[in-house]
Amino acid sequence: MTGKTAIVGDGDSITVFKAAGVAAFAAEDESAAKEVLRKIAKDYQIIFLTEELARPLESFLKRFDEELYPVVLSIPSGKGSTGHGKELLKSAMERALGVDILFHGN
Amino acid sequence: MARLNVNPTRMELKKLKARLNTAVRGHKLLKDKSDEMVRQFSLIIKENLRLREEVERALSQTLRQFSVARSITPAYAAETAFAIPSAELSLSCGEGSVMGVAVPEVEADTFGTAALPYTYSEITSEADFSVSQAASLVPKMARLAAVEKTVRLLANEIERNKRRVNALEYVMIPQLEETIHYIKSKLDENERAAVIRLMKVKGNGATQIE
Repeated sequence: MTGKTAIVGDGDSITVFKAAGVAAFAAEDESAAKEVLRKIAKDYQIIFLTEELARPLESFLKRFDEELYPVVLSIPSGKGSTGHGKELLKSAMERALGVDILFHGN
Repeated sequence: MARLNVNPTRMELKKLKARLNTAVRGHKLLKDKSDEMVRQFSLIIKENLRLREEVERALSQTLRQFSVARSITPAYAAETAFAIPSAELSLSCGEGSVMGVAVPEVEADTFGTAALPYTYSEITSEADFSVSQAASLVPKMARLAAVEKTVRLLANEIERNKRRVNALEYVMIPQLEETIHYIKSKLDENERAAVIRLMKVKGNGATQIE
């Protein structure tokens, strides 16, 4: 199966990926991002979402974990990383193992 | 612990013993599965962390580079330069398996050779640089996406498996054991009662004949 990639985020962060062959969808706030995600979830296998949008949409994004695709990845935007990706990792790890084996509490 | 609501008969005892046997075996298997999944999980999560750090570093560098390019080009020029996307990147998305959990597997077909969507005269060289960097970054990001999804799927599966193991260990097996014990004691009691009854009948008969 060939997959397509998309990126959802604010204007500046996504433009450069548009040139790299990733379909870019602009979304100013989380409700717009939600709409966009609903629309493109069927057509794109890999969706990058900037952290600013991914953080408030966490519970909405859970529904994508039921299925294999699409894969939604939260990436830092132009403003720099907020550590959201590591938080997600940490929560998954705590759920599965019950202990923290990577970050040692920080 | 509540025992099951069954009739204390030999038939039931036999059935329950078979069930207990299955439950104990299943518990052992699930526990082994859980151990192995945790081992795999810790490997994958380490890989995930490494990839994420790599991607985040490269990405913030790329975006910073790009914002420099944006700031030294007039907005309208940048808009037009990036208005038309170049070749679409295609990935092959498959399905792998980690301990019987279906996980996504992503492979990039074209490796960062996307042609620039604009001519060199349109925009500064910082933009070229950041675009080529972004293009080479996308396969890595796709792999990170797949690994991160794997981590989440595996975490869910481990949680579910743990619940199953606990249900067997703390509910199912004690319940079965207690019920078996109950049936056994009930059957023994019946047997003793039968013996005593026989003895009594015999004794009574003897006295009556005399």
